[in-house]
Amino acid sequence: MANALDPHAAIVVQASAATPAPLTTADGQPLTRALARSQRVARRRAFMLVLPLLAFILVTFALPIGQMLGRSVHNDGYSANMSRMAAWFAANPPGTEREEAAFEALARDISDAAAARTIGIVGTRINYDVPGTRSLFTSSGRQLRELPDPPFRKAMVEINPQWDNDRLWVAMRSASTAVTGNFYLAAVDRTRNEDGAVMRVAENQRVYLMLFWRTFMLSLLITGLTFVLGFPIAHLLATLPTRRSNLLMILVLLPFWTSLLVRTTAWIVLLQQQGVVNDILVWLGVIGNGQRLQMIYNQTGTIVAMTHILLPFMVLPLYSVMRTINPSYVRAARSLGATSWTAFRRVYFPQTLPGFGAGALLVFILAVGYYITPALVGGSSGQLISNMIAVHMTDTLNWSLAAALAALLLAGVLALYWIYDRLVGIDNLKLG
Amino acid sequence: MQRLALSISILAASAAQAQERVVIDVLNWGGAFGEAQMEAMGRPFAAATGIHVKMVDADSPPAVLQAQVEAGNVTADLASVGFPDATRLCEEGLVLPIDPASIAPAPDGTPAAEDFLPNGLGECFVATDIYSMIVGWDRRAFPAGQGPKTLADFFDTEAFPGRRSAPRDPQFMLEMALIADGVPLDQVYDALGTDAGFERALAKLDTIREDVVWWEAGAQPAQLLADGEVSMALAYNGRIFDAAVNDGMPFEIIWDGQVYEIEGWVIPMGAPDEAAARDFVAFSTAPEPLARLAEEISYGPPRRSSAALVGTYRDGKTEMTPHLPTSEANMARALEVDTEFWADLGPQTKERFSGWLAR
Repeated sequence: MANALDPHAAIVVQASAATPAPLTTADGQPLTRALARSQRVARRRAFMLVLPLLAFILVTFALPIGQMLGRSVHNDGYSANMSRMAAWFAANPPGTEREEAAFEALARDISDAAAARTIGIVGTRINYDVPGTRSLFTSSGRQLRELPDPPFRKAMVEINPQWDNDRLWVAMRSASTAVTGNFYLAAVDRTRNEDGAVMRVAENQRVYLMLFWRTFMLSLLITGLTFVLGFPIAHLLATLPTRRSNLLMILVLLPFWTSLLVRTTAWIVLLQQQGVVNDILVWLGVIGNGQRLQMIYNQTGTIVAMTHILLPFMVLPLYSVMRTINPSYVRAARSLGATSWTAFRRVYFPQTLPGFGAGALLVFILAVGYYITPALVGGSSGQLISNMIAVHMTDTLNWSLAAALAALLLAGVLALYWIYDRLVGIDNLKLG
Repeated sequence: MQRLALSISILAASAAQAQERVVIDVLNWGGAFGEAQMEAMGRPFAAATGIHVKMVDADSPPAVLQAQVEAGNVTADLASVGFPDATRLCEEGLVLPIDPASIAPAPDGTPAAEDFLPNGLGECFVATDIYSMIVGWDRRAFPAGQGPKTLADFFDTEAFPGRRSAPRDPQFMLEMALIADGVPLDQVYDALGTDAGFERALAKLDTIREDVVWWEAGAQPAQLLADGEVSMALAYNGRIFDAAVNDGMPFEIIWDGQVYEIEGWVIPMGAPDEAAARDFVAFSTAPEPLARLAEEISYGPPRRSSAALVGTYRDGKTEMTPHLPTSEANMARALEVDTEFWADLGPQTKERFSGWLAR
């Protein structure tokens, strides 16, 4: 049955057409249009098939992440609850003398916010920019349940002299619009001074840039270590007879199937000062009882545990690529006079690179976001940026700053991905 | 059609049943604490009123509560949070006010407002227990009679060498460093609020820095002590008690310089079953259930009238009173966590502390 939507019909016509005129289908339509239409139907059907998955990913993954990232530039804690102040800041450009009207707006807004029990939100928002001011709002709120008599400026300064502080007013101005870049400033150890100019925070408060740097360096190191350890295993797996390589494969996968927490705590049992490794070293007489090594609750602990946990993510892509490498290439190289080292370096190794690329990308991206392992075995020097994000999510509840830190981390990973794509090409990536 | 009618009637019946069987969801810190609250308060409440209590474990109930209220999807009827968090949530309008008059008076008629310890009743908060950060130490690690006795001993690496464990969290840690350094209890927070005082606390921490194993989860310090990794640890008193009494570990507690925090109920804004939650708050914070809670877990009752009602632990022989942070002898030198300080300077302090740790 010839059908306009049937691509086979077009091919039949094409085969029998003798003239070079535009190809048409049996019913006279141009071939390209018929083809496009039939493909459109197929595409639509394919789209309908993936639609449930797409909707699921959008609702459970993309939307929440987008919403969370939105918090990093949007915080209406002040602007939504201090409407008169927001209006005053909008009407008066920076540098305007704070006059009586401004203080009246302030007193009335604080009074209303205290009555609506939103004063804490207002104070928390300003406290992010000027630490130590949250109680200024909440305690003034308690005193301003009854509005004071004018002049308001005098009344506010009597409640607390801090109300006439320049830095506070800069912070209030910047918070009077919901959209702000201050959380990103804070996430790179920067703040605004009295004039609103960006400056670095005091030396003893700088922490995030250092943690970002440490996270990236440790992740690179861990990626390198998994490669060094994983390459021989993957090679062995790929070259052993199937029966033995299957057994070895189970040994690689077994820890993979074990709970992350179990593997992490197992390392604590092994590496702690009264742990198995130290006990054996003392028993062998390598070290004295008083010189037990500190191998956990520091960076060493983080590196060892994370390398072990992430190792399968390097071994599996390498293995799947090595399986496909034809051994006759190396044999050919050897028969042409290459030493085994040269044959490995110039013939075998380059062919494993797609597997290395996939493994390295997987391990690195997983490592920069690792949280629970460094928290448990990292002590103080083995903490990563994700641990600080967790502190702001669950402890200080400064979700805007947590979102800004997470967004920077995400941007860093995407940038690296882009560089990888430019240098290696993402098409060369082989996951299996 | 018949089948449809049948399934509709089944649905209707189960809906009616669900209406009869009221369940309130209580956001809780989980573990032994949730179990203790269930035993001392949840089950008696269900027996008395027919309203069932379901404990929902969370790593951080205030964070979960905030997320639920802000998302407008509140499933919790009640949450167990510390007093500082309760104050903050109340000021941000995320939890509902609770009328102190709804709380039962003491057996002798003293109104609840006077019977509770200071900060036991807040605008939106009713206390259930008081827990504290103390020094726990291992008798095996020191010659008999020569163990540490004061908080200052924890920071004295010359007289008491060896490794010790401490929370990787400036709250408690900084206060205790200043107390050990000789700052009078009533001046600790004033000092911490100044740069000089803050640096003084860090300088004190510097003296033990090389000997500290930092812990993250509340269960870790008791484990580190049990493994012999450390000889003393700053820990929550309930964890050390649990290891000593239930696991028979030779651990001792130093109450000198303890820093305690009050913990209790808040009702989230938009709680699905607010009325039942209020009933449970009133029921569970009467003197008797609070005393029962202190028998289940070694956290002190926040009401004066409960103290006399506390009996023995569930093993039937351990008298609980000496193990509670609130008993008179243990309170001799104790500091309450300052809510306002941590609300104001908490985020900044945590950043500076992280910076110090990473140095």
